[in-house]
Amino acid sequence: MSADATTALKGKFPQVTDRASADHPAVDVPPADLVAALQYLRDECAFDMLMDISGVDWAEGASPRFTVVYHLFSTKRHEYFRVATPCTGSDAEPVAPSVVSLWPGANWHEREAYDMFGIKFAGHPDLRRILMWDGYPYHPLRKEFPLAGLEAPLPGPDVEEETGTRLISAPMAGGPFVASPGEMNLTEAEPRAKDQSWNERNVKPE
Amino acid sequence: MVTANTTFSYDSKIEGEVVVTKLDAAINWIRTNSMWPMPMGLACCAIELMQVGSPRFDIARFGAEVMRFSPRQSDCMIVAGTVTYKMAPQVRRIYDQMCAPKWVIAMGACASSGGMYRSYATLQGVDRILPVDVYISGCPPRPEAILDALMKLQAKVKKERSGKNLFTA
Repeated sequence: MSADATTALKGKFPQVTDRASADHPAVDVPPADLVAALQYLRDECAFDMLMDISGVDWAEGASPRFTVVYHLFSTKRHEYFRVATPCTGSDAEPVAPSVVSLWPGANWHEREAYDMFGIKFAGHPDLRRILMWDGYPYHPLRKEFPLAGLEAPLPGPDVEEETGTRLISAPMAGGPFVASPGEMNLTEAEPRAKDQSWNERNVKPE
Repeated sequence: MVTANTTFSYDSKIEGEVVVTKLDAAINWIRTNSMWPMPMGLACCAIELMQVGSPRFDIARFGAEVMRFSPRQSDCMIVAGTVTYKMAPQVRRIYDQMCAPKWVIAMGACASSGGMYRSYATLQGVDRILPVDVYISGCPPRPEAILDALMKLQAKVKKERSGKNLFTA
């Protein structure tokens, strides 16, 4: 069982601590033990499938600023398990160990986390951006990056020259748009701008 | 329809074996009725675009059923879906490979204006990189709206000075 997995993991790796979780068992693992701990979970505790790798940005000032979360699944017992590890390295270039050696499927997950958060996975065979293009200057899911985006060159310099189009900060017009919770008719529940006092015509009040 | 008056139809005994028309009218007649689309299907709008080719809506009635997946054989690019910045240069390059005369239909909210994607990743309207002739509203538009856009584009092409452009271009 998962509780047994937590206990067994703690026995094997004394640095492992419990992590607050609303649903599935979760642990914090120091980066040095991460690959060994995940291998132990995979081989000894039957968590044989890596569902997802996600990143967390705790915003500037937090230390460590970035955390990587590994979501494991056992296809034998149908249980989930969550492993989190803080990133080492600087705030600008956080580093986490790569687990491509354990699950080849981690390759693209880690590329995505690198693309969105700029987390460098040490030992990754091919760490390139996966959603944005090579040469895009930002990591869009970091806290300081605005939803509307920042100005940047187009991926194709020839097309940029021909059309004069660059990446712009998207017009938000009172957004972001949020749906209202609760029971109401569908028209009222439509996503609306949070602040409708400004739009493309009326400038945002200071 | 039964009618006694047949003098409006072409009568070879009166007019001989010649049809007189204007060059513009002849060229535009040919162009409007064989407008082969380049289906630039980028998102869910492409599903509606498939539907418009099906027998129920039957875009073949307007001579535009020949979806060409090669830009070199097509006349009208239908940008169906969200254009991301990553895809934008490719869309422009495909447009550049189409032979003139060529037209563009921006299908749906995303292609027209970026739609609900006010974000860092989405081009805010394909008209920032392409000269768009007809915009279709909707998310996604109904197939009828695509037929309507095609008819509007045909009406637009019928007014072009094609004969003059033939020798000046």
